[in-house]
Amino acid sequence: MRSAIVQKHKFLISARFAKGQRRRIMQDRNKWNVDRNRLWLCRSRFTRMPLLLSIWTLISLPAASDTVSFNRDVRAILSDRCFQCHGPNEETRQAELRLDVADDREGPFHDRDGHRVITPKDLQASAIWQRLTTNDDAERMPPAESNVKPLTSGEKQVIRQWILNGAQYEDFWAFVSPQRPTAPDAADPQWNSPIDRFVLARLTVEKMTPQPAADKRTLIRRVTLDLTGVPPTPTEIQRFLNDQSPEAYQDLVDRLLATPRYGEHMAKYWLDLVRFADTNGIHHDHYREMTPYRDWVIRAFNANLRFDDFVTYQIAGDLYEQPTIDQQIASGFNRLHLVIDRGTAIPEESFNRNVVDRVSAFGTAFLGLTLGCAVCHDHKYDPVTQKDFYQLSAFFNNFDTTPETPGRDTHPPFIQLPTPAQSEQLKLLASRVATVTVEINTLRKAATPDEKAAAVATLKQKEEELKAVTRQNADLNTLVQVSLVSKERTEIRPAYILTRGAYDQPGEQVERNTPSFLPPLDSAESLKTRMDLARWVTDGQHPLTARVAVNRFWQQFFGVGLVKTSGDFGAQGEFPSHPDLLDDLASSFVQSQWDVKTLIRAIVLSATYQQSSSAPVEAYQADPENRLLGRGSRFRLDSEMIRDQMLLVSGLLNETMYGKSVRPPQPPNLWKSVSMKSSSTYSFEADTGESIYRRSIYSFWKRAMPPPQMTIFDAPTRESCVARRERTNTPLQALVLMNERQYFHAAGNAARTLLAANDLSEAARLSRAYESVTSHLPDTEELASLQNGLSGLRLTYQQDVESVKAVTSEIKEASHQERIEIAAWTMLVNSLFNLDATKTRE
Amino acid sequence: MDPFEQYQILQSRRQFLNQSKAGLGAAALAALVSPPCVADGNYVADALPKAKRVIFLFMAGAPSQLDLFDHKPKLGEKFRQPLPDDVRDGQRVTAMTKGRDHLIQPSMFKFSPQGQSGLFMSELLPHLSTVADDVCLIKSMYTDAINHDPGKTLICTGSQIPGKPSLGAWLSYGLGTLNKDLPDFIVLNSAFWSGDQRNVQALYSRLWGTGFLPSKHQGVAFQSSGAPVLFLSNPAGVSRASRHKMLELVTELNQKHAAEIGDPEIHTTIAQQEMAFRMQASVPELTDISAEPAAMLDLYGPEVHKTGSFARNCLLARRMVERGVRFVQVYHRGWDHHAALPGKMRGQCFDIDQPCAALIKDLKNRGLLDDTLIVFSGEFGRTVYCQGSQSATDYGRDHHSRCFTAWLAGGGVKGGIEHGRTDEYSYNIVDQDGKKTTRFEDGAIHIRDLNATILHQLGIDHRRLTFRFQGLDQKLTGVEEESHVLTKILS
Repeated sequence: MRSAIVQKHKFLISARFAKGQRRRIMQDRNKWNVDRNRLWLCRSRFTRMPLLLSIWTLISLPAASDTVSFNRDVRAILSDRCFQCHGPNEETRQAELRLDVADDREGPFHDRDGHRVITPKDLQASAIWQRLTTNDDAERMPPAESNVKPLTSGEKQVIRQWILNGAQYEDFWAFVSPQRPTAPDAADPQWNSPIDRFVLARLTVEKMTPQPAADKRTLIRRVTLDLTGVPPTPTEIQRFLNDQSPEAYQDLVDRLLATPRYGEHMAKYWLDLVRFADTNGIHHDHYREMTPYRDWVIRAFNANLRFDDFVTYQIAGDLYEQPTIDQQIASGFNRLHLVIDRGTAIPEESFNRNVVDRVSAFGTAFLGLTLGCAVCHDHKYDPVTQKDFYQLSAFFNNFDTTPETPGRDTHPPFIQLPTPAQSEQLKLLASRVATVTVEINTLRKAATPDEKAAAVATLKQKEEELKAVTRQNADLNTLVQVSLVSKERTEIRPAYILTRGAYDQPGEQVERNTPSFLPPLDSAESLKTRMDLARWVTDGQHPLTARVAVNRFWQQFFGVGLVKTSGDFGAQGEFPSHPDLLDDLASSFVQSQWDVKTLIRAIVLSATYQQSSSAPVEAYQADPENRLLGRGSRFRLDSEMIRDQMLLVSGLLNETMYGKSVRPPQPPNLWKSVSMKSSSTYSFEADTGESIYRRSIYSFWKRAMPPPQMTIFDAPTRESCVARRERTNTPLQALVLMNERQYFHAAGNAARTLLAANDLSEAARLSRAYESVTSHLPDTEELASLQNGLSGLRLTYQQDVESVKAVTSEIKEASHQERIEIAAWTMLVNSLFNLDATKTRE
Repeated sequence: MDPFEQYQILQSRRQFLNQSKAGLGAAALAALVSPPCVADGNYVADALPKAKRVIFLFMAGAPSQLDLFDHKPKLGEKFRQPLPDDVRDGQRVTAMTKGRDHLIQPSMFKFSPQGQSGLFMSELLPHLSTVADDVCLIKSMYTDAINHDPGKTLICTGSQIPGKPSLGAWLSYGLGTLNKDLPDFIVLNSAFWSGDQRNVQALYSRLWGTGFLPSKHQGVAFQSSGAPVLFLSNPAGVSRASRHKMLELVTELNQKHAAEIGDPEIHTTIAQQEMAFRMQASVPELTDISAEPAAMLDLYGPEVHKTGSFARNCLLARRMVERGVRFVQVYHRGWDHHAALPGKMRGQCFDIDQPCAALIKDLKNRGLLDDTLIVFSGEFGRTVYCQGSQSATDYGRDHHSRCFTAWLAGGGVKGGIEHGRTDEYSYNIVDQDGKKTTRFEDGAIHIRDLNATILHQLGIDHRRLTFRFQGLDQKLTGVEEESHVLTKILS
């Protein structure tokens, strides 16, 4: 098929023109600050664009207009329909034509014997226009057999207008450093923050008005869930309602940012991104010990560690001159990839797999780029060459570790993290070992036969002691917490471009370097280190790092990022819905010394964030994902939040922080059904006691079979880096909320607590139940529904003695009548747990 | 699909839910009548599909093609001779047999021609032999992986790298649902097996996962003990009546909330809660085989009486496709025979032979075989050379990626035929002239091609079933290599 395309292209284009010498024009590597003006031009046009189009088309599919921007409107079309054959990948490029850059001898403006693919402002003299619009099937681009969709009429109009306007190319927006834009004037005193001014300006252009602020109950529920992962208690709600001061909301936000729950909640998103788990993920899927890394992430967010340090510790924490314990633990980032245990695979292949996994993680987590595409060939859409990939891989191929794990044993390098008591004990044992060893040596030096005879008994005794102490030492060591870390080899391992990504097909040798389309990495030393790489990534002028980070934080609070494709800022990613706002946030983030809490505070204090999510159905239909931010965002809670909420409101939540993962109950045999018998995670034994009520962030994560309560609600398996979870709505989710045993137990617990407050009328008790779960008070109609529902449930149980016994089997002393009440109330709370509003942040 | 189309589909779905909100909910719950099913499948078939459903019998661990299907009569003479270098031709081997001798091991099992077609099958498969005329053997399968984990991931998701959607997820995404009370994609893991007990390779939920597709398309793994679907049964003390009461209350409150807040997603929640409630009835009915006649149970063999057996799962697979489940994947483990292969193979074949044959016969009798495609495959093949101790009747075989045998039946695939050839060692795929090849044109079939062919039978052009992720229109057959539909075997 490919040859058919080649033929056709040759016939129509290449055959007519002299075959030019192929050459790759590397993009100018000194672009930290250039081309800003062009980018500005496009931005200022953006906000002035007349907008009579539907919201959706604006975001992703702009129709004809005389103000067409290359970055916003044109690039996506060319990338999607043309770059596969006329893009950065030299190998797949057809007809010696590339449309991704302007200034190249294979570019569109190049003279081809008097013809040009694009002649600015002249459609007739632009071959591209002829080829896109011809009725001749054999001539039309993209070719039918390429299976690339033809351009829609709207898209053709975009191209048409762009050519007529002069076919101006712009450097790809995400690869040019953000500059702080000037915020539009405040049109509304309530919408005065930079965020609000950008958002409101866009809404005004769309002829939309924002929703009013959410009521205080909605607001405290929203912000508490968003910042801590659990809802507010009725007491907290009351305190907020009673606080009439203008700073009430601000004070609430500050209070929430200061709770340790904040770090636990923030860590969840990060652990998805770096694919943190408790098992190796391949073959035996053995246990691995990395939980100190999780603890560090939680502590780092709570302590508001500067984000640039947060990044640097992870990429290169081991390379500080005298790394702290935290820096070493954080460097475990490079160990989070899947890894096979030794015995079956080919070590060289495993080695390569690990390197590729590390580089891809680095790309997704910090650059928001899909570098993995360039393992086998030059990226087809982004200017990432295969060489770029392997130059980058040279930073990640020199770890002092084996490519496969030694079975169940801890996979070096790792650090030991004894408790103070353990340290003390270990010190004592070590000194005892030393002493006894010296004593033994002395006894063995006994010279005369008499001395020897005298020494025999003592020697034996001392040797026994040495054995015992050594064993004690070993035993204690197995109890000491460890964490996998990074460690660089002294000798430098060479790196090669691997032909088609095959581990056994090394091609050209390459040196450590960053991708050529991004600003250069300057290093004083000839050999660049991972630390240099970390400094490069965290340079305040880096075009990607801050944008990618603030976009992900934004996504947490609005359900979707300003760039929807939060894991892909490349050419195939989406153009930002609010480019100026993104750059403003990125610039101020850097200016604030990468202060995460300050950023988040600004987001949640904005009027944009505080809007009500109640809106006409039409508004939801017009902008289902709320990309224009014309209302408060409404989206389903993540699996962890759903579970933690249930534990909290039922009084079961155990807030112990940190440490090894815990195993709350799950349906039987799930691990066995997938595991090898010799796996250290073959058989799941649920924990007992309070630890089963810990927050979900501490739940054990077996990659081959994560907790189903989590994955059914779209938690990723943690086998690859995930920047954004899907949010589905399925019958299996309904089954979890109805029947999961811990959730049902929680309902029972809540019911008993409610009934224990015997001074309450039934209506007051129903209100309290409703409030503790939803943070709202029921209105008259809702209260009537609840009363009616409760009566119905009570009636069902009055007629079903066995069911009453079963629901209340844990309760020792209670009359049958009391048991009926408990059963009916348990089902009432179970109903509340199943409300759409309960599992949704609104 | 471009975002606009995606949006339109979402729109129409939302509108549907919106318009029917008065009708949905309490009424449906009260009457236990199903609302019209909302197909989310948006793929417009390219051709009239030959098959509507697929049953994939996955032999995890990789059965030996040399002892089951790929008859090599001349190997007897070459017992214990080294494998010629030009045959091995630089083939990478696993860490287990790297640097060892590679001595030829013929199969100890007798092969004979079966049925009118005369397809050769091993004596290990007496029952399957009786339906040889319904089976299409593909002897020229090959893969890129030589280890179980990537091998299985490749065959189930089209890629060795974890994170891609599985075949069943793609079908659910593309074609939507055929029924309104059951999931589109069900996975049945056999709870035990007779072969290797110690060296049993792992499965991973990613093998039936959705990767980047919405998770509602993921395979629902049925449990062999307890409730067949996780969290399906009500907790102790919750009767169907009280569950019904509870859902009435929930629906009432949800509907009120939807009217106030405007988000159509609330109606989806209501619909899914109703579906969950219906599944609580439909799934137990599905897995209850007490109404199956004795003759039917006998057809599947004695193991069918054990919950979780492969035989039981084959019977359940038939009951599922009968009820409109789009894709059923049955896993049977314990095929990784590095040593003591003959004894283990006997056990494994005891498990699977009769049920496989029964499934074909049963579907045929019901007229379901015509539009139900059965696929039988492992993740790769096994080597002609011996691993471990070697005698005529005791041997083992290592992993082999260059050739293996899969078979298809029904779903518009010709029966009683075979496709593809291997050399006299069952080591390399060869063309008509006996020359080594990996070209489709010469008969070699990569897993991509098998997947393209399966999709084709369901009316799907594998190049058109796409989902935008990481900036690419992702496909089951990948975005890199070409894949082919094996039209030769289609009726």
